[in-house]
Amino acid sequence: MLAKFVAGLIVGFARFITAVQGKWEGSDPVGGQRVYFANHASHGDFILIWTVLPPRLRQRTRPVAAADYWLKGQLRRFIGRDVFNAVLIDRDRESRREDPITLMAAALDGGASLIVFPEGTRNTGETPLLPFKSGLYHLARARPDVDLVPVWIDNLNRVMPKGEIVPIPLVCTVTFGAPIRIAETQSKEEFIVRAEAALLALSPKVAAP
Amino acid sequence: MSAPHPDLLTLLAGFAAILVAASMIGYVLQSRLSPDGSNTAIENLNDRIRAWWVMVALMGLALMGGRTGVTLLFACCSFAALREFVTLTSTRRADHWALAGAFFAVLPIQYYLIWISWYGLYSIFIPVYAFLMMPIIAVLRGDTDNYLVRIAEVQWALMICVFCASHVPALMSLDIPGYEGKNVLLIAFLVIVVQISDVLQYVWGKLLGRTRIAPTLSPSKTVEGFVGGALSATLIGAGLAWMTPFTPPQAAFLSLVIVMMGFFGGLVMSAIKRDRGVKDWGHLIAGHGGFIDRLDSVVFSAPIFFHLVRYWWSVT
Repeated sequence: MLAKFVAGLIVGFARFITAVQGKWEGSDPVGGQRVYFANHASHGDFILIWTVLPPRLRQRTRPVAAADYWLKGQLRRFIGRDVFNAVLIDRDRESRREDPITLMAAALDGGASLIVFPEGTRNTGETPLLPFKSGLYHLARARPDVDLVPVWIDNLNRVMPKGEIVPIPLVCTVTFGAPIRIAETQSKEEFIVRAEAALLALSPKVAAP
Repeated sequence: MSAPHPDLLTLLAGFAAILVAASMIGYVLQSRLSPDGSNTAIENLNDRIRAWWVMVALMGLALMGGRTGVTLLFACCSFAALREFVTLTSTRRADHWALAGAFFAVLPIQYYLIWISWYGLYSIFIPVYAFLMMPIIAVLRGDTDNYLVRIAEVQWALMICVFCASHVPALMSLDIPGYEGKNVLLIAFLVIVVQISDVLQYVWGKLLGRTRIAPTLSPSKTVEGFVGGALSATLIGAGLAWMTPFTPPQAAFLSLVIVMMGFFGGLVMSAIKRDRGVKDWGHLIAGHGGFIDRLDSVVFSAPIFFHLVRYWWSVT
């Protein structure tokens, strides 16, 4: 109940600041289980994706997020677990007890769609996209029947650059591209190059001449 | 808050009637010519009519709310317009606090000053105080790349989206002998003349438009559309003299000024869009683009209209 109310507040605030518009170019906002993979430049990234998803899809779409960040402190724990229902993974290879891919696959088996950020960390530099980590590839191998939808989030890094506390209201867009799937014979490198290209092609700065 | 003026109710009823007629025409056109939604011109027309319903309803509510209602409505419009404008600027991280100040300090303060009718401060707050303080805040971060361009863009954004737009509710603070309690109708007059002129220029342009007036700026604007729209809007403005403190010739003159400023305002804002390589300022109003696309002509005419009326008619 409280979690739903807070979710509504967060979505309303995101609209107030960014007037965000979802553009569906190559996939539709309907049915089916999906893994949305997006560029990552700000903590607000998955909130924006969440905001533009129709409520029915939003309910069963879970962001994949770092446990070390979201389990720190009561408020973050409440927001991460109860409001966003995040799949929390441990980024530390040494100390973790559960494999992230197993956790994500289990969430997919439970009927959820996922939001992942294959760059692995927030991109704060000038390059549009950091090289993908291999997580998306392993997830695609584990569940090859699930559509992988590239999602480009534009402008949010200007709304709230790293280290700032006050967001600047700017118009943002979230563009959903055509889904991709992994081919049986595709190597890890080939797949990652293809996934990166599919995501980068949605960026207005790259698409414009 | 007192009861809305009967003239205002007459006016709103008139607009409701026009919109009902427009919606019926749109419905008939759609069911005859575009039953499957394939005719984009008709779909766009219907989108526009629907957006007009929302705009007239909001404007009507604001006008009935008097000074507070109009000030709130235009503060919200300024916020949305500033959000669209700043999106297209080349501001950087170093401008973060200057921009936060523009949205969360300058904008509310300007509209508060309007609300309390402090003419001496609201007429210089942005051109003097914000103009000097914003570059100071930005310079403290030490980033000099494109510095002049960045601060000029933010200042321009504030002047257009906040300062100029706030002159619409500022009309509430004018004190015109014999016109007490009717200032909302002055706002209605300004907004109606501007918007009717936009619509009529579009209609005349569609009917007779041949010679393009500014091909590099706005391919849809024609000489025929401009002249026809400006003249008919001036006539309509003269016909609205009953709700203003003006005589019909005075109302015609002021309408002409409003129409000219609105037209050239539209051209200026088109030039900025071209410069930035976008077609519309935003996507919030279906069929119209962004807030600035709908506000550009009001923004340019409001300060001039305000000062003309203040100089010749107001005692404050």
